[in-house]
Amino acid sequence: MTGAALLAGSDLRDGAEGFAAHTARLGALPSGRHGLIDTLERAGLRGRGGASFPTATKWRSVASRRGDSVVLVNGAEGEPLSQKDRVLMESRPHLILDGAVLAARATGARQIVHYIGAAHAGALAAMRRAINERPDAERRLMRLVEAPQRYVSGEETAAVHFVNDGTALPTALPPRPFERGVSGRPTLVQNVETLAYVALIARHGDAWFRAVGGGGSSGTALVTVSGAVPAASVHEVDGSAVIADAVNLAGGLTSDSDAVLLGGYFGSWVPAARAWALPLDAGALSKRGLSLGSGVIGVLASSDCGVEMSARIAMYLADESSRQCGPCTFGLRAIATAMRRVATMQAGVDDLAHVQRWAGLLPGRGACRHPDGAAIMVRSALQVFADDFSLHVREQRCTVPAAVARAA
Amino acid sequence: MVAQRITVNRIACDGHGLCAGVLPEMIKLDDWGYPIIEARGVPRELMEHARRAVDSCPMLALHLEDRR
Amino acid sequence: MGGMTDQVLWYTTRAAGAVSLLLLSGVVVLGLLARLRVEGRGWPRFLSAALHRDLALIALVFLTLHVVTAVVDPFTHLGVVSATVPFGSYYRTFWLGLGTISLELMIAVAVTSLLRHRIGQRVWRAVHWLAYGAWPMAVVHSIGTGSDAMSVWMLAIDVVCIITVGTAAVWRVFAAPRDPLAAERRVAAMRPGAGVAR
Repeated sequence: MTGAALLAGSDLRDGAEGFAAHTARLGALPSGRHGLIDTLERAGLRGRGGASFPTATKWRSVASRRGDSVVLVNGAEGEPLSQKDRVLMESRPHLILDGAVLAARATGARQIVHYIGAAHAGALAAMRRAINERPDAERRLMRLVEAPQRYVSGEETAAVHFVNDGTALPTALPPRPFERGVSGRPTLVQNVETLAYVALIARHGDAWFRAVGGGGSSGTALVTVSGAVPAASVHEVDGSAVIADAVNLAGGLTSDSDAVLLGGYFGSWVPAARAWALPLDAGALSKRGLSLGSGVIGVLASSDCGVEMSARIAMYLADESSRQCGPCTFGLRAIATAMRRVATMQAGVDDLAHVQRWAGLLPGRGACRHPDGAAIMVRSALQVFADDFSLHVREQRCTVPAAVARAA
Repeated sequence: MVAQRITVNRIACDGHGLCAGVLPEMIKLDDWGYPIIEARGVPRELMEHARRAVDSCPMLALHLEDRR
Repeated sequence: MGGMTDQVLWYTTRAAGAVSLLLLSGVVVLGLLARLRVEGRGWPRFLSAALHRDLALIALVFLTLHVVTAVVDPFTHLGVVSATVPFGSYYRTFWLGLGTISLELMIAVAVTSLLRHRIGQRVWRAVHWLAYGAWPMAVVHSIGTGSDAMSVWMLAIDVVCIITVGTAAVWRVFAAPRDPLAAERRVAAMRPGAGVAR
């Protein structure tokens, strides 16, 4: 039920696994080139950055372009509730670097850009040290860029934009990174966790990856569990695990819980009763209209108000808008402001109806997918916390006494 | 003849709203003046209006493209 | 025969010039109304834009008539050079030259507008600003060249044009609505790594 593929090896608390230990444990980097993409396809590896896009397909789209490509290793981790990328970079940097080098070989890249969150000091240090331990031939291809501390900075097009000209602006307009990205070259943007899996699949094969998955989808996944647990922590689980297993790995519930935020700030709220038995398997979740996203499992304590939490997340997302288009800049802000009024017992009679309508007008109307993600969170909140929203508006009270006290 | 649909470059769009005036059948404005464009293919009888709507945009943000 | 035709050509030049000036003033006013985002219940915004474009094309027709009759008229001794090379005529060199420049600016504006989709919004807009130069030059040209310049009807036309365009221009300078996203983008640009969208 819990895999130990990525996080196998020495205890995470011992710090980063050095190059010597890494090579001793796993063997030298395999030389595979084009065969690797087929292997990844058979393995069924999907991206771990949030979009869950089939990795082999992505690599092929870059490899098939003419001219030198670029590999952008995405360790920005702009999602506040996620820590998995940081933990991976701090403890198993060489898995990531192996994957990056393999990706560069398979896609014809002569440049590897490590795009790591400027705020993640530990990860930056670990990756810098690890890069210096690599053979010269690999090190020469690599450079490190510190990603700005913005929610959108980890988005593919924002990452490419930042590396090119210092502004992390996302966009849904063509060209896509695989067509023209860093320095105008076809660019493969890949999350650090995905690259770590590549390093293991290249050594152990696709059958191993499918087997280690245990359940429906292949392989294991890293999840960050936070909220009503002893401490926010990162764990590796396989496809047969359910949310309750992840919570238990994190130390179990520290209080009652009514709801879980699955996927991150762009994820969905799920009522606790339904959440615990949900499989942490991409296929099974998508059948239920849910997604693991960036692997975030946020457990809302009963002593916290879902309305208030959703309002705060909405306001954060509105503030993090890159203000490139009207629907997001004004629409998302209006939603967040109305939700804040509801949360603080100052709602007008129309506020909820407005939020519902405005949220329906966000998907597909932005310059990027930021408003789409926000809409998912907001609409799931309106559904899951419907009774609480109603109570806040009609009677200016909440089932959570602390929320009422804060509003007073 | 492949059906066409109206797309908008959301970064170029400044919410002038001329498009909604020319083609109210398929384009409405949200509370802040930005277009809500129906995703369906443009019916043949509205194609001329659709072309004028695309032409009316002062920011050249609208386009007609093949519906794939 | 010569005398009669000369009179017709001369009157046509003056009349076409006056009509051009009126139409062009209307075009500038409509352009300013568009910038001011003016609209009413029976006046949708695309109407200002469409009228602006249509009047501009009609104005160019009258302008062509004005220029051609002036050049062809044997009495004026104006050749094609005076119509195309600024300050290339011997007759009232300066005032006529302004007219020539104004004509060429307007042609640039018209051509770029017709090719808008090919050249992109930025280039089109940059060239369109030349219109703010073309109009005053046309007014000064009309005051300086025409022999009716001091006649009552011509003065009245000049006054009407100057007042309407002047009013609209003042309105635009002081009260034009701002692009709502412009301020937002500057706020966003303050944040590290966020930058400016355009």
